[in-house]
Amino acid sequence: MDQLLALVVAVPLLAAAAITGAGPLLGRRRRLLDAVAIAVAAAVAVMLVVIMVRTADGDEVYWFAGFRPFHGAAIGIDFEAGSLSAGLAALAAVLVTAAMTFSWRYFEQVATHYHTLMLTFLAGMVGFCLTGDIFDLFVWFELMGVSAYALTAYRPEEGGPIQGALNFAITNSVGAYLSLSGIALIYGRTGALNMAQIGVYIDRHPPDRLVVVAFVLIISGLLIKSAIVPFHFWLADAHAVAPTPVCVLFSGVMVELGLYGIARVYWSMFGQALGHRAAISHTFVALGVLTAVAGALFCFRERHIKRLLAFSTISHAGMFLTGIGLLTPLGLAGAAVYVIGHGLVKAALFLCTGIVLHRLGSVNETWLHGRGRHLRVTGVVFTLAGLGLADLPPFATFLGKGYVDASSWAHGLPWVLPVFIACTILAGGAVLRVAGGVFYGLGDAPSEDPEMAEMASEETTETVSGRDRTPLTMIIPPAVLVAAAIAFGLITRLGQVAQAAAIRFQDQAGYNATVLAGAHILHPVAAAAAEPTGITVSDVAAGTGSAVGAIALALAALYWRRLPVLRRGYEPGTGLTAAIQRFQSGVVNDYVAWIVLGLACVGGALAFAIT
Amino acid sequence: MTYFPFIVVAWILAVGLYGIVTSRHLVHQIICLIVVQSSTYVLLLGVGYVTGAVAPYYWDITVHTPAVDPVVQALALTDVVVEAAVTALLCSVAIQAHKRFGTLDPQELATMRG
Repeated sequence: MDQLLALVVAVPLLAAAAITGAGPLLGRRRRLLDAVAIAVAAAVAVMLVVIMVRTADGDEVYWFAGFRPFHGAAIGIDFEAGSLSAGLAALAAVLVTAAMTFSWRYFEQVATHYHTLMLTFLAGMVGFCLTGDIFDLFVWFELMGVSAYALTAYRPEEGGPIQGALNFAITNSVGAYLSLSGIALIYGRTGALNMAQIGVYIDRHPPDRLVVVAFVLIISGLLIKSAIVPFHFWLADAHAVAPTPVCVLFSGVMVELGLYGIARVYWSMFGQALGHRAAISHTFVALGVLTAVAGALFCFRERHIKRLLAFSTISHAGMFLTGIGLLTPLGLAGAAVYVIGHGLVKAALFLCTGIVLHRLGSVNETWLHGRGRHLRVTGVVFTLAGLGLADLPPFATFLGKGYVDASSWAHGLPWVLPVFIACTILAGGAVLRVAGGVFYGLGDAPSEDPEMAEMASEETTETVSGRDRTPLTMIIPPAVLVAAAIAFGLITRLGQVAQAAAIRFQDQAGYNATVLAGAHILHPVAAAAAEPTGITVSDVAAGTGSAVGAIALALAALYWRRLPVLRRGYEPGTGLTAAIQRFQSGVVNDYVAWIVLGLACVGGALAFAIT
Repeated sequence: MTYFPFIVVAWILAVGLYGIVTSRHLVHQIICLIVVQSSTYVLLLGVGYVTGAVAPYYWDITVHTPAVDPVVQALALTDVVVEAAVTALLCSVAIQAHKRFGTLDPQELATMRG
């Protein structure tokens, strides 16, 4: 045990405070602050990678102020790092570094509070990943949330950001309070806040309805954060208006953190005791598949590029939830690999969208059609990232998706594979349609939706547009991220390592012993049998098929007007658009109503399944 | 152990959520969010009041002194701090909304749809 686990949150928090204090004093030499902030984020990323590598053979625990457990009772607050949690935190730090490097030239003048908020956001995400205390999980959740709400409203003088930030803040706060209610109930029952100790207590006493209610309440807040249908409405609004570098973090890692929280809560506290694995698994898989399909459909009809990417994130969040919800080591490992691959390519896509906004002053796909031809490098990076999103081998995404599919196939859910391929084709096809239309001028411009055009034009003041060349600090981060996504997919032992980490993560008894007794678990007990992680022909075929399907769909979407059969002013999907607008109303009242309804349904389903 | 605090909690939570869903004024809506959060205070304090309980940690009291659980009070205090931050932020956004649009009705503020 050493101090590194504490440093990864202490350093960004202290740096954020120092930057806030030093900002007004520095006057015109403000670039120094930018450099310090980027260096801090990069240092945190390095530290987290070190922790991730070091914990491959056993989790590490850090007790703040040295309050170690006394006779198996936790009296202090701990950080618990395993490869999965440290890896996710490292992804967050890498994306923060990339986003802040991008922001160097993106904003006309970067305000001091932007760095402060980014660093507190980073600290919140890292703390959320590492904490071993359920109340601290709530506190980090809120720190992450408050920083994110403030970053969404970074430009409060406009209409969109106000609406987006309000919807985001109110829905996520309601979620946080539901989680807190669950935490209070579980504390009342167990008298403990340490997750390992709660897990031990629940395991020894037969769980009753109160424990089930607490479980449902805790995960409901996390489901809202991870934008699972029907809790997803805030996400598209927040993404459409937040500054593009901030979207990188929302899509690339914040949504995934909600899912990580569900996995952490389940496998450290409730997994052993609740039993009924099949019923819980089916509930999560059903939610995941519903989210994947809905997100992909919404994604394809979108013309606002940032919202399009946001809906693609919702679709992917559903696939991640399915991977976790299978409750198998390979499913969780697949979700982890998929999260990393998706985070890297989605970040690159958002950064390229930021470049388009910076150079051309719009994110409206219709208006941009053919106008991005001279952005050659950006076009190539965007297209590559789009192919990565469509699971083209060797991007890491195809491996993660392949594992989730393989595990669901082996556990009696063969229909998940074709459904997910269809979702990937839809979401990937939408992104490639943007790539082909904007950067290469292929086919015809998609039809204009007046409301969307108005929405997309609101974006123009985010950055100073109409620049002649793209600064290097803006194009290098996305290019590096795409290269990293490919490099990850080429690591030969990736699947094996990820599955070993997943087995460790799912071993509740091992987790409890590590935290409470300081045990070093060399051979964790697998919750379900480990599955082969070799790259099979079917993985490659499914990935390539998805990518080819996405390209075909993109071309069809660009050229269908030229088909002789369909010339007579036929516009598909107008009825669908109207129907979707009635759901996605943009009014927070409706969103909270959906949350209440969704909570009743999910809670009812889980309560019925478990008791 | 009585169920009364928990019934109060459920009532406050339901009232707050109802308020958020039906509100036509942002400030009212933010206050309803505070009401939702208030349910967690009552829940935390209700959980901490156990008849005949003793303090979990001893320092300057004898072992069997009856006490209210101090941990939940610390949690409730943290909860208050969180609420202060969220409310302040939401209020500042509401002020901006009023400056920019001259309205605080969430339905009129909603420019993005679909």
